[in-house]
Amino acid sequence: MYESNGEKYFVVDSHMHYWNAAPDNWVPGAEQYAKGWIECFHAYQGLGPPETHWSIEHFQKYSEDDLMKDVFEDGYVDVAIFQPTNLKEWYKEGFNTTERNALMGEKHPGKFIANTNFDPRDSDAGLEELKRNVERFGSKGVKLYTAEWNNGSRGYKLSDPGAYRYLEAAQNLGIKNVHVHKGPTIWPLDKDAFDVSDIDHCATDFPDLNFIIEHVGLPRIEDFCFMATQEPNVYAGLSVVIGGLLHARPNFFAKVMGELLFWVGEDKMTFGSDYGIWEPKWQVEGLVAWEMPDREEFADFPRLGVEGKKKILGLNAAKLYDIKVPDELQLPASAGAGEQGVLGEAVAGA
Amino acid sequence: MTAPALAASQERLLAALETVRDPELDEPITSLGFVASCTVSADGDAEVRLRLPTYFCAPNFAYLMVADAYDAVSVLPGVRDTLVVLEDHFASDVINDGVAAQAGFVRSFDGEAVSELHDLRANFLRKAVMAGTDQVCRPLLAAGTDPAALLAMTLGEVPPSRALTRLRERRAELGLPAGDSASLLIDPATGAPVSPGSVPLHLRKAQLTRTSIEANSGICRGMLRHRYATPGQGQSEEDQ
Repeated sequence: MYESNGEKYFVVDSHMHYWNAAPDNWVPGAEQYAKGWIECFHAYQGLGPPETHWSIEHFQKYSEDDLMKDVFEDGYVDVAIFQPTNLKEWYKEGFNTTERNALMGEKHPGKFIANTNFDPRDSDAGLEELKRNVERFGSKGVKLYTAEWNNGSRGYKLSDPGAYRYLEAAQNLGIKNVHVHKGPTIWPLDKDAFDVSDIDHCATDFPDLNFIIEHVGLPRIEDFCFMATQEPNVYAGLSVVIGGLLHARPNFFAKVMGELLFWVGEDKMTFGSDYGIWEPKWQVEGLVAWEMPDREEFADFPRLGVEGKKKILGLNAAKLYDIKVPDELQLPASAGAGEQGVLGEAVAGA
Repeated sequence: MTAPALAASQERLLAALETVRDPELDEPITSLGFVASCTVSADGDAEVRLRLPTYFCAPNFAYLMVADAYDAVSVLPGVRDTLVVLEDHFASDVINDGVAAQAGFVRSFDGEAVSELHDLRANFLRKAVMAGTDQVCRPLLAAGTDPAALLAMTLGEVPPSRALTRLRERRAELGLPAGDSASLLIDPATGAPVSPGSVPLHLRKAQLTRTSIEANSGICRGMLRHRYATPGQGQSEEDQ
């Protein structure tokens, strides 16, 4: 919970990690990838305020105590959602697997939600593993990397028949939320790895699932926005938007937020710190203190008020994950839905 | 007497590299800071070293930049041999060898790619046209031009500016109408003029596309600075 100017904010960090990327976990022969990957993440941290930067050694492997302090004690987070990334080709025990996350989470009841993952190219064995993970860890969400290379396949589309089979199975198992990472592939692609058109199809065909596009499709915000404005069950995951832009490029942060408020709306935006890339503390403080600049170039963007910030920081994700929010941290009964997304729809429909 | 001649050649090299763009960010690799060094020997052997914001920057775009740099430098008068080296990238070896051998993307990444990168490049050129539309239209709107009036406007009627020149160049590259009589507002996929009812949406999309590219470019610059302490060749302070 974060309190500022007499307002209390319930905070759900809907996108964070507990990884081990230290040399003891590097796969022999793949050291350069394991090292390059974590150094690339570390460079992202460089976009945050200097006083929040870590040494590369600390960044490679932070402890459970570090995480508890950074996220809950100092970072105002009430509930944190683990998003797993396997990367077993490079990291012996995986980068941050469902199991590693969940085993840590079990020690702190009520603090964590452990999402799991699947890859539709893993056929029946993958379905069984998904079932085992959901039963064992109670996962309500999955994190998917559509651009991941798998056994000769250079990525997949969530609109593929094989993916539909997995989505159906996941839904039957009680999965509600599908977090999709649209991002660069480590393998060459002759097409754009960030293409989001597949989400357009499956969001329509699976109206009871929610699709949270992490990093709002950055660097293809435009494709994401055009799609999201037409699909009621598509959400904007703000990890990287806040961490990567709020401090380093405040002007672009305002523009990107303005566009998201216009096209997607404050009811469908969710905060994620992307910890350990960035600590939540400065991001929560920064978002609450942030105002749309009062300049001509920002004039036609919707404004973000206290209620909108409460939704983005926690209430929207709490709804998606059925997280119980104390009454005093709910919005007043008079609060309505944000109108901004509707504006976006109106323009798109014109 | 070799020093002044060398300096002049290096200048020409840099000028050639200024024509090479990051296809995704639509900016010269020089102002982005991607040129780590460029030298040319007295005998005309040119060597260009490129660097990117991360070890895992998308290899398809990286390949295009290395190949385009090779093409821009190797045709310069007086250049005998050209070597373009991408540094500190997970696919450096494959890309450097592939470009040196003029192998093309598919052959360089044998078994991992099935077509060359023309479609990818065209797709991003269309985005550049949308972003450029915002750059050209925004000052017109700020000066009081009615959005509906933009619909009837031709490129020849727009006051000259750098943004306009750039928009014309991108459109021409795509084979879209770019002459004085061409409509200012066109669909970048087909070249057809925008219909009257879709002007607000078209302008909104143009603005969003520009924001997306510029925000991305901001992140890339920040990460490059984190990775390398020194500015790139041909990069001004303002560019960083």
